[in-house]
Amino acid sequence: MDAFTALAEPTRRNIMEMLATSGCLSATDIYKNFKASAPAISQHLKVLKTANLVRVEKRAQKRIYYVNPEPMKELEKWIQIFTQQMQDSHDRLEALLKRVQSSEFKIPSGDPQH
Amino acid sequence: MANKTVVTAEPGKQELFITREFDAPRELVFRAHTDPDQYVQWVGPSDLEMSVQKLDAFDGGTFEFTHKRGGHAYRFFGSYHEVLENERIIGTFEFDGLPERGHVIMGKTTFEELPNNRSRLVHQSVFFSVADRDGMVQSGMERGVTEGYEKLDAFLAQKTGQSASA
Repeated sequence: MDAFTALAEPTRRNIMEMLATSGCLSATDIYKNFKASAPAISQHLKVLKTANLVRVEKRAQKRIYYVNPEPMKELEKWIQIFTQQMQDSHDRLEALLKRVQSSEFKIPSGDPQH
Repeated sequence: MANKTVVTAEPGKQELFITREFDAPRELVFRAHTDPDQYVQWVGPSDLEMSVQKLDAFDGGTFEFTHKRGGHAYRFFGSYHEVLENERIIGTFEFDGLPERGHVIMGKTTFEELPNNRSRLVHQSVFFSVADRDGMVQSGMERGVTEGYEKLDAFLAQKTGQSASA
């Protein structure tokens, strides 16, 4: 599952927000914050890990989860490309507005050439 | 200084904002959104051939336009809920190339007056799901990739420079 599909699920977004706020949390700390069963949350954590959104470290018997910042940069990159496309389109709109404006200034003057 | 288009899409949200200022009064920017002869000249990626089938920009009207490249046609359509002259356009937007119907986007475009015959366009899109929104942003990336990485690199370099100085 890619990062976007993984983040589309509200529980997983909650987990990501919790991790982003706390820095790192053990699996038990994460379970405690949800009404859903530990296996259900564990399944969400697995998805986040597969999507490379979180990293896991083992300390004694505890599994500690961290946010992996790399995939979050992906969204930013896509937005930048999307922005560039909108920018190109708006630049054409601006060029059109210039043409419209200059032709409208010519009509009232009654002098189409100069 | 050249005007810049700004896209804001916070992670995990179902909306995105697009803003842009123009060195033209809002009446002209509004007209470029509602006159099919003008609309066809600027909407969409520059490497696609754009054609407008219908642009009935009034309350309850509908629109339909197509982007073509090679043998592929990408059709977009929707309806106008409210078209308030020179002020705002509210309506729906849908791409018919998705595997299923129903991924409708609600949009609001406002045209703000600025001093010196300038204006600001603010567009807000609201999606049914975060996945819908990210999917649309991502589809932009696929087109972007075909347009070439050089442009991307130059743009990212420029962006990085800006955020470093900000």
